[in-house]
Amino acid sequence: MAEYRILPPRSEKLLAGLFITGGIVLFAVVAPFLVQDPRFSGNDAFLPPSADHLLGTTKLGYDVLAQLAHGARGSLLVGLAAAAIAIALSLIFGIFAGYAGGWTDEVLTMVTNIMLVIPGLPLVMVIAVYAQSRSLWLVAFILGITGWAGSAVVLRSQARSLRSRDYVEASQVAGERTWRILLVEILPNLLPLLAAQFLFAVVFAILGEAGLSFIGLGPNGSITWGTMITEAYGGNAMSAGAWWWFVPPGLLIAVFGAGLSLVNFSIDEVVNPKLRVVAETGDRRRAPEAAAPAAAPVQPAEPKAEVTA
Amino acid sequence: MGTLEVRNLVKDFRVGHGFRRSRLRAVDDVSFTLEAGKTVALVGESGSGKSTVARTLARLETPTSGEILLDGRPVSGSRTAMRAYRHDVQMVFQDPFASLNPFHTVAHHLERPLELHGVARGRGAVAEQVAGLLERVSLTPADVYAAKRPHEMSGGQRQRVAIARALAPGARFLVADEPVSMLDVSIRLGVLNLLACLQREENLGVLYITHDLATARHFSDEILVMYRGQVVERGPSDQVILDPQHAYTKTLLAAAPDPARHGRLRDEVRAELAGERA
Repeated sequence: MAEYRILPPRSEKLLAGLFITGGIVLFAVVAPFLVQDPRFSGNDAFLPPSADHLLGTTKLGYDVLAQLAHGARGSLLVGLAAAAIAIALSLIFGIFAGYAGGWTDEVLTMVTNIMLVIPGLPLVMVIAVYAQSRSLWLVAFILGITGWAGSAVVLRSQARSLRSRDYVEASQVAGERTWRILLVEILPNLLPLLAAQFLFAVVFAILGEAGLSFIGLGPNGSITWGTMITEAYGGNAMSAGAWWWFVPPGLLIAVFGAGLSLVNFSIDEVVNPKLRVVAETGDRRRAPEAAAPAAAPVQPAEPKAEVTA
Repeated sequence: MGTLEVRNLVKDFRVGHGFRRSRLRAVDDVSFTLEAGKTVALVGESGSGKSTVARTLARLETPTSGEILLDGRPVSGSRTAMRAYRHDVQMVFQDPFASLNPFHTVAHHLERPLELHGVARGRGAVAEQVAGLLERVSLTPADVYAAKRPHEMSGGQRQRVAIARALAPGARFLVADEPVSMLDVSIRLGVLNLLACLQREENLGVLYITHDLATARHFSDEILVMYRGQVVERGPSDQVILDPQHAYTKTLLAAAPDPARHGRLRDEVRAELAGERA
């Protein structure tokens, strides 16, 4: 890995992942304009897939494709919003704790650890029960504020390692202010890690939303893939043999999660080979993790040789 | 003529946790004075406290006790005083592979200190200064190097960038913490000669930290030998090398592989220096 990059190398994994996630995002953006009203109940109930209704209809006569398209929008919005909140929180808790050290670190890490050991879904349920009418955004908020601890731990340890990097100290010597060191010197080197954490947070939130919806604590009045599955379950789609009602949303959740994970794997390929390169050459004073990989291969072959002579 | 004086510097580190906590005295009562235009070498083995002295001078560590006086005046901890101090005292780090941010271009590394210390204002003036700095450390054409990122350069080139960064605020004193120990043998001399050259041109006071007695002798006026946090021997370079008094200095000298080559290396260095001066 001779160069520093943010973008992962092009691989089959990355292409497949981008293809899948790109396709689903496109579907969520475009399809709602092309389908009928997802709440239009004038169709016959339980129609199997046909030319008129590509994915059939539900018990109430809703078009499944229309529901799926609007549900994609809902699910992705929940996922993105929750992930944005989770990443913002993990940045605050992780990077501040890692950079500041001392008591700030102790307190922030304690909060993080508490969040980490509280079982996620029960906490989400408790919070969700308190809110009588839950909008899509509220659900995203709940998922966001409960799902940040894991990435905060990762970001903290990374920030801790970056803090003692020479180039951070060099900018201290140059007289740079703390916030600028955090934002300009440290944060860019966390980008690959942040991207990976963000994508996993999206997957986590979409799955969490589906879980919440399934136990009846999802957003009221909005359509998501999760609410579709709940309604299918409540409408006895199983016993009626209406597979076209619950298979598509379930499949999309699974495929979208898989697609994002594929993208994440290729981001990992950016982050991890650096560790390997360092181990091979082994001539750094400090073992740099993700961020200061740079030109290990162009280093001199015998850097320890002395000029004493 | 400015001076940077270290007076009775002591630095303790706390090691361990809880009941096992103890103190490690990394630097024990070290005093010396850097004068403009002079080079002082701080020599010693790993762990002798050389780097801690450097980091304290760069204000990366606060001394446990003792004083740092710039032009005879103690330096307070306020932000403006700190910035003024950093305007005058800069540091070159040991590892050029770690001291440049892999995310940023060479230009960024030089622009920031220029802007922070108000050396140049406005985009054009800053770019001009950046080009000037790169030329001073022999990285030409400057615009090509300014656009590069650290990974596109060799260790020697990176260390030149690090030196340019240290010069950017217009520093009068330079702390060079083993500036060539991470570099390939073949390019060490070039970097050291550059430092010596700049020192003469800018009349810099340089603290040259090294474990290499040969270069310490040839590039510095005075040598301080550190051992376990204390200065065990000091004096004019030739005197310390040719007539060592302390047992530790003798051991250090004995550890250098082939004393007969000292003279040859010195002649080579001097010849090269003479060539550069001409």
